[in-house]
Amino acid sequence: MRVSGLRVRRGAVEALRGVSCEIRAGEVTGLFGPSGSGKSTLIRAIAGVQENVHGTLSVLGGEPGSAAVRAQLGYMTQAPSVYEDLTVTENLRYFAALRAAGVGEMLARTGLTGQAGRLVRDLSGGQRARVSLAAALLGSPRLLLLDEPTVGLDPLLRRELWQLFAELAHEGAALVISSHVLDEARHCDRLLLLRDGELLAALTPEELTSRTGTADMDEAFVRLIERR
Amino acid sequence: MSTPGARTLATARRILGQLRHDPRTILLMIAVPCVLETLLRLIYANRLISFDRAGAPLLAIFPLTTVFLVTSVALLRERVSGTLERLLTTPLGRVELLGGYGLAFGLLAAAQALIASALTLGPLELKVAGPWPMVVLLAVSVALLGMGLGLLASGFARSEFQVVQFLPAMILPQLLLCGLLVPRQRMPGALHAISDLMPMSYAVDGMHHLTLQAGAGGALWGDVAIVLAFGAGALVLGAATLRRRTP
Repeated sequence: MRVSGLRVRRGAVEALRGVSCEIRAGEVTGLFGPSGSGKSTLIRAIAGVQENVHGTLSVLGGEPGSAAVRAQLGYMTQAPSVYEDLTVTENLRYFAALRAAGVGEMLARTGLTGQAGRLVRDLSGGQRARVSLAAALLGSPRLLLLDEPTVGLDPLLRRELWQLFAELAHEGAALVISSHVLDEARHCDRLLLLRDGELLAALTPEELTSRTGTADMDEAFVRLIERR
Repeated sequence: MSTPGARTLATARRILGQLRHDPRTILLMIAVPCVLETLLRLIYANRLISFDRAGAPLLAIFPLTTVFLVTSVALLRERVSGTLERLLTTPLGRVELLGGYGLAFGLLAAAQALIASALTLGPLELKVAGPWPMVVLLAVSVALLGMGLGLLASGFARSEFQVVQFLPAMILPQLLLCGLLVPRQRMPGALHAISDLMPMSYAVDGMHHLTLQAGAGGALWGDVAIVLAFGAGALVLGAATLRRRTP
């Protein structure tokens, strides 16, 4: 997947100011940066739901939002976008049916087996986020766009999810995962660091460490900004 | 690959599933028309002709208000919660989404019409000359109109407070002019012309035809067709507000 010269205007602000990058299958691409840096806007542009997008975007060899691309896309919005008045299983069954897929192991893979029959409105915030994530993973999409999937989860669960993401990449999917917790960058194969709608750097976690001379991700990010 | 039909059915099943978890709403939808028709019958206890004239049109007005409300709130929630944004990134098309809503709420309106008309035409002794199934068919047509108007309203509201205000704004004027209070022929010319532009007028005309004429005449089918045409128009306009790309 290729993005070049991407510019997005949201109201009076320019949310993305000429971003170019590449996203590869079989890799976890981490999208990092402070809130307001343009992470969600980039994900929404790739998902084909963002208005006022200028520049070139080629997703899975097609136009973002086209039927061919939508058939192979899993998208998790930042706020949990599932039906509160349905149970976990009912939610997953619906999103699976839209892709002619089954629910299969998804409950177990996202640690929701114990909540299967509960209404989403009765779940905790972290559990809702996992239902929303599970809904995006159904049907083994080739491109996964996950906007802050690990926010608010306990550390053990976060680690399990990053393992799951690595497995999915290993199975051949391309994953784009945003987070503002820089510490999570080490779980990614490739990093895109965004700030104020501009791409600061595109590199591997190892390159970030060697280039900035620190293993502390927060510190590395600060040094990158200072260097510009 | 899933088929459009399967996606439409899955959507209808999902919407009915949401309602199933909300039995109070279902109970209100079914019970309120029955209570109101009973009340009307008690008001007109000694004037059964008046009951026939007011009770029959009401059967066509219930599905309009009920389905308008549930559609406008349900679609507003889809827009606000982000589920609409997610749905539009799946293979589900907009027509399939609306088809699912139409199926689910059409069924609901049919159930409401069956129960309300069974009570009204049975124990409450409302006299209808036309065939009973036409009462249900007209109610389902009106429900699709209510869905189109509800979809449209949801596109112009930001919150549930706003969207419920569209009920008095879009439905009450039609109620005043549809011929329920004063027959349309006796209205001043300008008001009559305005009522001609309002879909509820044709729903009520249809019920009047059913009350007075045996059989399902051309005039009745014409009213059904006009109600459906208004519904289709509202759905097309409303579908334009279901945009994949948003700011």
